[in-house]
Amino acid sequence: MKVNTDSIFNEHEVIHDLKHYLPAQAPLKDFIHHNTLHAFQYLKFDKAIYSASAIFGYRVSLSLAEYRVLHAAGKINDNVLQTILEQRKGAEAGLWRQKLLTGHYHKEPPRIGALRSNWKREYQIDIDSMVHPLLFRILCSYLDQGISMWSFPVWNKGLIASIREMERMSFSSFFRSSRAKKFLLGGQADMKFLLRLLVGEESLYKQYLFDQQFAHPGWSGMVSAVEDQPQTLLDPKKISLHDLITLELLMEIDALDSLFGENWLPLSHSIKTQPIALFAEVPVTELDEVTTLWQTAFEWSHYDEVLKGLQSSKPEQSMIAKRSFQSLFCIDDRECSFRRYLEKIDPNCETFGTPGFFGVEFFFQPDHGKFYTKLCPAPVTPKFLIKEVGVRRKHEKDAHFTKQTHSLFRGWLIAQTLGFWSAFKLFINIFKPSTSPAMASSFRHMEKESRLTIENKNPQHRENDLQIGFTVAEMVQRVEGLLRSIGLVKNFAPLVYVVGHGSSSVNNPHYAAYDCGACSGRAGSVNSRVICHMANHPQVREALRHNGIDIPDTTQFVGGLHDTTRDEIVFFDEQSLNANNKINHRLSEEIFLQALDHNAKERSRRFESINTDLSPTEIHEKIRVRSVSLFEPRPELNHATNSLCVVGRRSLTKHLFLDRRSFLNSFDYTVDPEGKYLFNILKAAAPVCGGINLEYFFSRVDNQKLGAGTKLPHNVMGLFGVANGIDGDLRPGLPSQMIEVHDPVRLLIIVEHFPEVVLQTIQKAAETYEWFINEWVHLVAIHPLSRELYYFKEGNFEVYKTIHAQIPSVPDIVPLIESNIENLPVYLIAQ
Amino acid sequence: MKMNSLLQFFIFIPFVGFVLSLLIPSNRETLISRTAFGTVGLHLLSFQIFLVYWLWQGHPTLNLKEIVLYKTDGYEFLIDFYFDKITATYLFVGSVLTFLVTVYSRYYLHREPGYKRFFNTILFFYLGYNITIFSGNLETLFVGWEALGISSFLLIAFYRDRYLPVKNAVKVFSIYRVGDVGLILAMWMSHHLFHENITFLKLNNYELVHEHLQSHSWIGIFISIMIVISASAKSAQLPFSTWLPRAMEGPTPSSAIFYGSLSVHIGVFILLRTFPFWEHQLSVRILIASGGLFTSLVATGIARVQSSVKSQIAYSSIAQIGLIFIEVAAGLEYLALFHFAGNAFLRTYQLLVSPSVVSYQIREQFYNFVPRDRSAKNSLSGKIEYTFYMLCLKEWNIDSLMYRYLWNPLKWAGKQLNFLVMNRVLFYIVPVYLAGLYCVYNKDLLSPEVLAVLPIAFSLVGLVLVLKSFTERIHARMSWLLVIMNHFWVALAVAFNENFNFNEIHWYLIGVAISGVVGYVILRTMKQREGTVDLNQFHGYVWKHQKIAFIFLLACLGASGFPITPTFIGEDLIFTHIHEDQVVLAASTALSLILDGLAIIRIYARVFLGPHVKSVYEMAYRSS
Repeated sequence: MKVNTDSIFNEHEVIHDLKHYLPAQAPLKDFIHHNTLHAFQYLKFDKAIYSASAIFGYRVSLSLAEYRVLHAAGKINDNVLQTILEQRKGAEAGLWRQKLLTGHYHKEPPRIGALRSNWKREYQIDIDSMVHPLLFRILCSYLDQGISMWSFPVWNKGLIASIREMERMSFSSFFRSSRAKKFLLGGQADMKFLLRLLVGEESLYKQYLFDQQFAHPGWSGMVSAVEDQPQTLLDPKKISLHDLITLELLMEIDALDSLFGENWLPLSHSIKTQPIALFAEVPVTELDEVTTLWQTAFEWSHYDEVLKGLQSSKPEQSMIAKRSFQSLFCIDDRECSFRRYLEKIDPNCETFGTPGFFGVEFFFQPDHGKFYTKLCPAPVTPKFLIKEVGVRRKHEKDAHFTKQTHSLFRGWLIAQTLGFWSAFKLFINIFKPSTSPAMASSFRHMEKESRLTIENKNPQHRENDLQIGFTVAEMVQRVEGLLRSIGLVKNFAPLVYVVGHGSSSVNNPHYAAYDCGACSGRAGSVNSRVICHMANHPQVREALRHNGIDIPDTTQFVGGLHDTTRDEIVFFDEQSLNANNKINHRLSEEIFLQALDHNAKERSRRFESINTDLSPTEIHEKIRVRSVSLFEPRPELNHATNSLCVVGRRSLTKHLFLDRRSFLNSFDYTVDPEGKYLFNILKAAAPVCGGINLEYFFSRVDNQKLGAGTKLPHNVMGLFGVANGIDGDLRPGLPSQMIEVHDPVRLLIIVEHFPEVVLQTIQKAAETYEWFINEWVHLVAIHPLSRELYYFKEGNFEVYKTIHAQIPSVPDIVPLIESNIENLPVYLIAQ
Repeated sequence: MKMNSLLQFFIFIPFVGFVLSLLIPSNRETLISRTAFGTVGLHLLSFQIFLVYWLWQGHPTLNLKEIVLYKTDGYEFLIDFYFDKITATYLFVGSVLTFLVTVYSRYYLHREPGYKRFFNTILFFYLGYNITIFSGNLETLFVGWEALGISSFLLIAFYRDRYLPVKNAVKVFSIYRVGDVGLILAMWMSHHLFHENITFLKLNNYELVHEHLQSHSWIGIFISIMIVISASAKSAQLPFSTWLPRAMEGPTPSSAIFYGSLSVHIGVFILLRTFPFWEHQLSVRILIASGGLFTSLVATGIARVQSSVKSQIAYSSIAQIGLIFIEVAAGLEYLALFHFAGNAFLRTYQLLVSPSVVSYQIREQFYNFVPRDRSAKNSLSGKIEYTFYMLCLKEWNIDSLMYRYLWNPLKWAGKQLNFLVMNRVLFYIVPVYLAGLYCVYNKDLLSPEVLAVLPIAFSLVGLVLVLKSFTERIHARMSWLLVIMNHFWVALAVAFNENFNFNEIHWYLIGVAISGVVGYVILRTMKQREGTVDLNQFHGYVWKHQKIAFIFLLACLGASGFPITPTFIGEDLIFTHIHEDQVVLAASTALSLILDGLAIIRIYARVFLGPHVKSVYEMAYRSS
């Protein structure tokens, strides 16, 4: 990518660059977490964020005042801070300490928008307020997925062609004066031509377009995302950033014409001072250095405790004589505490973590569904299709969402009938919230009683270029891959659960962000059922045995879904269990339910409206009510506070209280000495967990420009985005209610393997290596034998000595949970 | 105890609740929300009991002459309360919805900065709502009406550090101001018609109304039209409709209760209330009905093209209110009340569940999607379709017409006054004023001809000053002083118009003077502390100076005749001294009042609201 300003304007290149820097968030239903500043990922983290800040005006860290408060409260450990100061500043450590604690700094205004602000300064015209409202309304109506009753009359030709067609045919016009319309109809709407008129000097075109598009990054980003992945809209729309820019340029010319007639000078003739080139080198300021020092101290205050905790783990395999059951979960940080409770309640069970699509990638078509849903990580394009058949239940309707309420005469009838019912419903919803058709429910993703077309016996059996189901060979490959990657190759329990996760909420446009990221923002129920079916398949078992994984015939896999909002669980295909396992299942189900109650209690410590001292069952009921309450903007806290990703055996973390902050990926270095499976794990963990972490990071530090702001005034636009009010820009990123308790620290990935193997592994793929070498995530290897820690820095692993001599140990975490609402430090749980 | 004396408690409860809520520290979330829903809950409960009793007593119409705030010969300013089935219906809907929404917001607003401000404003709104629906005369109604206007402004601008909410709040306030002046002029004329501050109770007296109207039918029409203008502005009927969707800037529950239900139906209320007055003016009834019909047709078209959920609900609500206007005009009072209640409940609920629309409709679409056919259109029908679609999408250019014919001429006129700079103002205007003042006390110095012209001349000077103030782009302090001076000129003008007790003038000016000084001192302090306070952009100083901003807001309210200072009564008094045939004087004074309200709120918004200019990195995009 180019970062210098070319003197000659290259339309394709500029649009390409713009698309790169604009927010990449897809429509709401496909909300997938990603690094908000992905465009800067080719730079080292520090360099990247300060450049992004100086260029685009983002806040990229906490404020100095916030760091100082954290330091005063002991959340930034003073020993850690002092060590870092001494390491980095040597003799000047004392001087820098003063700067950190008391320095005052001023920040230059950002570069973006400087050029275009001349319209107001030199022409006294507020061009944005003349153009934006109508432009946004046109875009929203054009892209609308089903809110309006009367949709954009011409929709299949592309934005500019559609508008041209309408302008040609209509007695009315979107333009105020004649010239812009003439350009459009006369085929003169060429970007360069329009820019020459508006801007004049060619060297400023690029900067002008950046200023223009970054005056409404939400809409531009959405247009760019739909252009790149048109299938993300169920009602497809043809649109491009090029068309948006052209339309906006025309409307700007029109706005100027309507005020000044056709004789006004291009912008470049009137500007008095040349603006700084947008992408010119950004100098490092002292404020940046101070911020980096604070941020480093903040991160390592946390990491250091965690590393000390991991180091004090017992390396030998835990000795369970007779395993009651094993259960696989998603690596998701929300499963961290659930697993801890399962193991506590039933010390004979074993739990594992792996990305929640469980290694099976496919499109899913629900019964009667008109579309396919992708159920695997976003970058993967599956070749398989799984269909759901045999659904009996009908979808419930709610008349309040019907369009008839908005028509004149039916509206008249409805207002006087349904209207009174609404008052009653509102009353019920406030005083006794319950499930409704309006909510997004994880259990509705796939019907429990339905059947799935999992096995493919004839490769010719295809639909829309997708193979329906998997062949036995394809199944073997996936099951083996999954089991080896988590190190589960022997000692199988009679029951092996595979539990996906999803979430349920109401009044929540961001519902997709709460579901499983590894399933492209959907619930993981289908995946868990599919992998269990595969693992139970006799021919698959046979082939696995041949490959050295001997699963006893008495062992059966059971799929399930954990609703992380309601803390409920559902299991699938239980009828296929043998008699013995039915009994076992009944026992373990009881344990699951108990663990869920306790999990609900642990979660409730963050919710001020729930008294955490109550019993787990009482709290669990409140948690359930919460998920169906219209007035609850925080049904759950999702990935908030995430900060760690541990890739290793469970024995590494089992005795630690990590406060639901860690992604846990099971991995056994003895099963994978060369790092073959480790490569796949890290290839996914870095972008997925790193993406989640950085989205929370940036939405937290700049909730206004990189996050969506508070969700309370949000207005749903066209079913694909939210805005404030009706004339506003779309707001990508996370709303403040999702990130307010999040501590912005980068993800620390800890891998239990020999450092040299880890080093080789991460270097295998450049796009994965970039995450580590540019420090967007931190990486530590923990030596499986010596427990020595190695921190990855500048391309090498170097030994890391923890600053904490030891971490506190507690016999029971319940008192901690009941008395704290803030993040807790790491504790050893005495056994 | 007589039943009518109970009425005052329904005003008293929200008043006490509001005052209490102001005193609670802002970090006490639970206490704040308990005060709010305790107040509204108590109100709801006592009303339900009262309602049963009232119905049991045969639902009599009640009237309570509460307090006479001011009295001279031939003038009486009284607060009067009234209760009948219209009040009962509005109170029933209002108390139920407000109660539900306060309980809802208790959780919804949790941890939101401005939690206290939100509930203060809700309670203030509820107080204003109750004063309005219990009002027994136009004066009392006006008090409530103003409270509704201010609370609307504050709630739309709830997110006061973003650009659009503040811009839209000012916009909505401007439209409300037009409605206010309609009401003031209606009050003015009805003083002259009835020679008293007539109560709604008396309006029900057909003989009385008929007798007065017979000899002054044009006065009757004038009053009715002013009422219709106020009602249309408040109920977002054409040509004022565009403010309603743009008011949806605050937290969703506040939008639901204000703009989905209660606030927006107040226009209907005032029509129902004054129905006996214009019942026999056929032309007025036709005007109301056709206005309603026109609005409902146009708004339905606009609603059909809306692709955002809140604007869709807003426009369909406007369309229904258009129908209610028709029902009122047709004399179908019960139907109108029933329709109002249903529409209010429905839209409130729809707005509250509006965020769910994504998961619901996407699922619907997933299972029921039918692709559109791709028929090309070349016929005339296609042409008409495109034309209508584009017009609806552009909201029939209502906004730009409003700009072209209402605001732009005013701005143009203001620009012609650019020669007025601070020094000149002080050098010329002040001495002339003092000379004028001297003459007031020595009227015998002037000939009767001169005396006859002076009121209009002085009033026009006042108008010029406020025009300049309204269009001033740079100097906040000058703009402020001009508004204050305008009041003085208006007072001077009226002083020449009639011989009356100067106490009334003092009544009028004392509030203005105090507010003026306070406001000026604050603007000066801000200038010293922050460097710039020009009016060319929003400065958002409330970000750093919350207390100062609040005091300045009070000063603004005082200076614009809001019922917290005697100026409010004075305004009404001033108008009673303008004769019914002095159209120019009345028009210029009324226009002055519109503009000074706008100029004042503009100063407040530009100086204290909007994105904080000095914290670029903490602020949202202007477009968001």
